Amino acid sequence: MFNIAKYDEAGSLDEALAFLSGHPAAKVIAGGTDVLIKMQNGKMGEAELFSIRGLAELTGIKRTADGAIFLGPLTTFAQIAGDPLLQKAIPVLIQAAVSMGGPQIRNIATIGGNICNGAVSADSAPTLLALNAELRLQSAGGERKVPLREFYLGPGKVDLRPGELLIGIIVRPQDYLGYHGHYIKFAMRKAMDIATLGVSVLCRVEAGGVLSGVRIALGVAAPTPVRCPEAEAFAEGKTGSDETLEEIGKLAVRSAKARTSWRASKEYREHLVAELVPRALKEAMRTAGGEEHV
Amino acid sequence: MSEVKSMPEAEEMPEAERMSEAERMSEVKRMSDKRMVPEKVLRQISLTVNGKALTLHVDIRESLLEVLRERLGYTGVKKGCGVGECGACTVLIDGTPIDSCIYLAVWADGKEIRTVEGLAVNGKLSPVQEAFVEEGAIQCGFCTPGLVLSTTAMVENGKEYSREEIKRELSGHFCRCTGYQNILKAAERAVHEAGHRCAHCKHEQEGEKG
Repeated sequence: MFNIAKYDEAGSLDEALAFLSGHPAAKVIAGGTDVLIKMQNGKMGEAELFSIRGLAELTGIKRTADGAIFLGPLTTFAQIAGDPLLQKAIPVLIQAAVSMGGPQIRNIATIGGNICNGAVSADSAPTLLALNAELRLQSAGGERKVPLREFYLGPGKVDLRPGELLIGIIVRPQDYLGYHGHYIKFAMRKAMDIATLGVSVLCRVEAGGVLSGVRIALGVAAPTPVRCPEAEAFAEGKTGSDETLEEIGKLAVRSAKARTSWRASKEYREHLVAELVPRALKEAMRTAGGEEHV
Repeated sequence: MSEVKSMPEAEEMPEAERMSEAERMSEVKRMSDKRMVPEKVLRQISLTVNGKALTLHVDIRESLLEVLRERLGYTGVKKGCGVGECGACTVLIDGTPIDSCIYLAVWADGKEIRTVEGLAVNGKLSPVQEAFVEEGAIQCGFCTPGLVLSTTAMVENGKEYSREEIKRELSGHFCRCTGYQNILKAAERAVHEAGHRCAHCKHEQEGEKG
């Protein structure tokens, strides 16, 4: 038995927003794979749960008229993994989705929950950060848009105000069209594990193997998922030679603020950044067909 | 709530199934009284378990695992880690494998649930169960119901699976006995015998199977 004091369900988005404005203490639950586990572990006191899992309007993946990809926050990881549109448009997001948990968890865990939970190890986070994803947040008082990059405030802390719900995740066309990406989850097991480190990269490869628009994001390398601006700036316009990639990896370490945890030491994590960023870029370049230029 | 009690074994389970709704309701009330649960924490849900339509009251605090095991007697649903890591509590919800330990019972309203007890027809094991027996994929048996159900989901959805994909689909189950080799063989056998003859799969031709 979970320590649940009260349980309510939303029938519609409007109803949900109205309820949340009147019950700011309510804990929103969707897939439950974070909330219920925290409760099971005793990390959460008696909770008033508010389920939004029935809100069909917050589920699904579509391309909007302007070419942007819109992810409903209640879309499960399994739905993302099997989505033909994403497979064509943003395959790196599928890579990230498939790396999360195991099948039973992916069948129920939602992408919105993964973001709002604010976990530094969230498998979707580095890739969505590299995609410059934007979040649509709505409360009874109105709507605002927040870049994912600004949404993470600290470990387990996000810029979600009382009464607010994440209602959409948007990837603009200029952020994915023509880009190739790769996600590496470094963990002790191939499934059912939390990342020791996550690296997601996106880049364009111009004629002659020249890199442009390189975006590098790391998970579990700092108190929040982070981008690597120094490494990204250095990479711009460079030919993706082994030496250049190695240098990009070294620069990426500067953006990391790794710490020692029981999973890995700070030094080990930094080593992983320096090693995995070039590997991920190499793989992204390979999928771009740029390998022969290197 | 999870203290070890003497649970009815699978063979006795039909008795729980035969429980009339009135009896079940009084059972719910009795349990509620015992726990001093206010009526407001009870919700009525209607669901199908192994083809049987049921309407019952569940506590908002209960997991589906607890309702299936303790209320309805489906002890083939195992409680392992309790936090969605081991897969022992896997059931099929509308055909999809889900960890029932982190699934609230109230969410099962309107759903079709299948447990390992629902697989055999008239005492005859399902082809997936047969494959597990044939391949010696069972040792202590604790992980078996979950693995059989995840394999059943693969067999029933009609997709083709490579060996790597089968491994991935079973990766949410922990087995501490077998080393997985025979489980994988059983799952492959079941998936392929179900009529999936994928071009890239040469098990039959190579005589890998008995």
